[in-house]
Amino acid sequence: MTRSLIMDTAARVIFHSAVILSLYLLFAGHNQPGGGFVGGLVAAAAVTMYYVAGGIDDVRSLTRLRPWTILGGGLALASAAALVPLALGDMVMESGYVEADLPLLGHVKATSVLVFDTGVYLVVVGLVLMVFAAVGEEAEPEAGT
Amino acid sequence: MTALIILHGIAGAAVLLGARVLGRWAWAVGVTPMLASLGFVAAHAGEVADGGSIDQRATWVGGLDLAIDLRFDGFGLLMLLVISGIGVAIMAYGASYFAPTAPSARVAGLLVVFSGSMVGLVLADDLLTLYVFWELTSITSWLLIGTDDTAARSRAGALHALMVTGAGGLVMLGGLVVLGQEAGTYSLSAILADPPTGGYVGVALGLVLVGIVTKSAQYPTHAWLPGAMVAPTPVSAYLHSATMVKAGIYLAARLAPAFAVVGLWRPAVTTIGLVTMIAGGLRALRQHDLKLLLAMGTISQLGFLLVLVGTGEEAATMAGCVLLLAHALFKAALFLVVGIIDHEAGTRDRRQLAGFGAGWGAVKAVTAVSAASMAGLPVLVGFVAKEGAYEAFVHEGSAGVAVLAGLIVGSVLTFAYSARFAMTVLAAPADPGTAPQSPTPLFVAPAAVLALLTVGGGLLVGVVVEGVVDAAVVALIPGAGHVHLSLWHGWSLALVLSFATWVAGAVLVARRAPLERLQANLAPRLGGDDAFVAALRGLNRTAAGVTRVVQSGSLPVYIGVILLTAVAVPGVALVLGGTWPGWPQFAETPLQVLLAALIVGAAVATTVVKRRFAAVVLLGAVGYGMGAVFIVQGAPDLALTQFAVETLSIVVFMLVLRNLPARFEPRTPAIATWMRLLVASIVAVGVFVLALVSSATRLPRSVSDEVVARSLPDGEGANVVNVVLVDFRGLDTLGEISVLAVAGVGVVALARSKRRPALDGLDATDEAAEIDEMATGHAAEDEDVAR
Repeated sequence: MTRSLIMDTAARVIFHSAVILSLYLLFAGHNQPGGGFVGGLVAAAAVTMYYVAGGIDDVRSLTRLRPWTILGGGLALASAAALVPLALGDMVMESGYVEADLPLLGHVKATSVLVFDTGVYLVVVGLVLMVFAAVGEEAEPEAGT
Repeated sequence: MTALIILHGIAGAAVLLGARVLGRWAWAVGVTPMLASLGFVAAHAGEVADGGSIDQRATWVGGLDLAIDLRFDGFGLLMLLVISGIGVAIMAYGASYFAPTAPSARVAGLLVVFSGSMVGLVLADDLLTLYVFWELTSITSWLLIGTDDTAARSRAGALHALMVTGAGGLVMLGGLVVLGQEAGTYSLSAILADPPTGGYVGVALGLVLVGIVTKSAQYPTHAWLPGAMVAPTPVSAYLHSATMVKAGIYLAARLAPAFAVVGLWRPAVTTIGLVTMIAGGLRALRQHDLKLLLAMGTISQLGFLLVLVGTGEEAATMAGCVLLLAHALFKAALFLVVGIIDHEAGTRDRRQLAGFGAGWGAVKAVTAVSAASMAGLPVLVGFVAKEGAYEAFVHEGSAGVAVLAGLIVGSVLTFAYSARFAMTVLAAPADPGTAPQSPTPLFVAPAAVLALLTVGGGLLVGVVVEGVVDAAVVALIPGAGHVHLSLWHGWSLALVLSFATWVAGAVLVARRAPLERLQANLAPRLGGDDAFVAALRGLNRTAAGVTRVVQSGSLPVYIGVILLTAVAVPGVALVLGGTWPGWPQFAETPLQVLLAALIVGAAVATTVVKRRFAAVVLLGAVGYGMGAVFIVQGAPDLALTQFAVETLSIVVFMLVLRNLPARFEPRTPAIATWMRLLVASIVAVGVFVLALVSSATRLPRSVSDEVVARSLPDGEGANVVNVVLVDFRGLDTLGEISVLAVAGVGVVALARSKRRPALDGLDATDEAAEIDEMATGHAAEDEDVAR
């Protein structure tokens, strides 16, 4: 396929900001608009940009992890977050939180559901990567369409 | 107790994960939870000796009242002894039997997991918990039977076992649920203490009995057990002598004292048990494969056990408990002997085995003792069991006499096939040229220990066995008198009947030839494999037929059906109970009108454009328009999600479009167009009215108010949407992302299947081949004596 210089450069410039935005959405999600699902979608959109610019090989070069590892890891993380309270004698999905005053960040409150939300995030990203891996390489995109 | 089960899980997982590096150590790691289980029994035996019990409750979803209830009582003690005791012997034996390779270490790990499931099964005091462990044993045994997963016969045998026991388990689940609902509790001990008497209890018991019958390989569903003999011998020794098949017996024994008089329980159990005992014995008599002989003998003994424990009577239950113990000891030992012979001589066919010379003395002694116990000869624990069984039915009137007659016939057959087995090993024709190498002492030791226990259990029956059986009977039948066991009861009718049994058995052995001819004629009618295979074929045909009707392959039809269903279901409720709220206020700001026009315009345009690409872009416009509406309505979260989803959808659409023609098909028939228009109109009107009516019929206090109010204090978050997603309804989200993961796997599978078009055809023939394998495999196993 022919690579577009503008697209290539734009993708490289925007990609990291988009990923950071997605992480922001993930972490801020509990109190402001956002959350694991949206965060995951934004990260997936960033990956998509890479795909549009450089095809499946560029997407593969992003991480050595296989898509299903990310997907399964997310699912495992979410399940663990749901089940760990059981081991501690609480109900399934019981949440707890810690508050701390950190330098630079100020007053921070982190709840345990963030772990669960991270699982959701990973599942979404993994799913999109899987879709690309599955249908993204069947035929090289034709230039001009 | 929870710790005990978890320990099994951890040890099993450790062995499975470390299969590569552990080698022979796998068996040492695997045996630890079983030793711990025996330690647990030893430590708490005193507490449960006199009808006491240890209860434990671990709540896991309090809101749904889901808890894991465990209860250790006298009967549990007996079962744990069998499960873990035989387990230790099997693990010790497995270390010698298998080469120290990763696949065999995997067997060790699975055995531990299986053992843990059995432990959970006999400790469970909650019907649903019991069911979960019940199915776990089915699944792990499926994996174990199919250890040799490259052989079609092995897979077929495993699948047969799983299908029969799994289907039976499902039926049983239905019974357990009915039973639990009738009783108002799912606690096994509470149900047994105060048995429900509602009209459906008989139905429930019938369903549970199906599960028991399939699991314990009773006629007519027994055929899976001989098929399961494709498993490595240590696995067969454990699963099909001591544990898995005893699960059904266990449940029957638990339920019988409370429910034996309900409905047809007792006649059904007795009939099935007797038929199984006699038919299994007959088939055992004509096997040449020693392992199959034992398998058929096991079926026979399971029938015997079911008759004894299924009555719910004190004396019979006592005999059943002794037999449970005796059978585990002698049958496991005999299976181990078969494994040793197979391992050293390379065959299990009695016609090909030649004299076992020097170095085989221990094996011969084990065989003699265990077979004698199986035949019910004196001073061995098997004798005590059979005497007890006869004694239990001697004084029971005419019905008792009928059962007794059946038991005697079964016991005569048992004597005969025990002799058949023993004579093969003890008196094989001497042929020094092909005499197999003698086994190492370590290899024989586990079987020898079991044989010693058989002797010791008989000679010292009043010391240990009595205590264990007494605890079991008292636990099963509250208020039962104390058990007294001894070898010598004085001259009694039961003893005379025992003599008669031995004499008749000896006659059968002496006059083998005519009997074998009779069986050759009878055999086809006693089978059951054909029925299973025919049922399987019929199921496949039905499935294919249903698929042809339901899956027409036309996308417009699928979508039409889905949409109409989605409208019709709430539509019915709407027509029956909805009230028209009047026209709403259609717009609050001009912006909404603008956006609505955009959305409607784009949607209509999507349906008329000719190029797929244009249609996708227009659909995207609809989506973005919706996102804009969300912003106007003040829902940034929704808008954000909507935009992201829309973007991704367009890209994925593009990926798919590369494989499709640029334009839609030139024309569809006019009738199809009108049908689509009709469906679309119905759906549109339906959804519109539904939205109006449902938003007008608010509950007095909206749920959302409460959720919003509790978000910050309970969920520690100010974003209500997110708090609902990950906290209040977190379990839902977990389910949703699981679905997402499955969908992802489906997408990949679909995309790959297209790349390999030949696969579809292959799958279908593969399945048929597997079924054929089941048919021919069984036929080959059960060779005809006449030949």
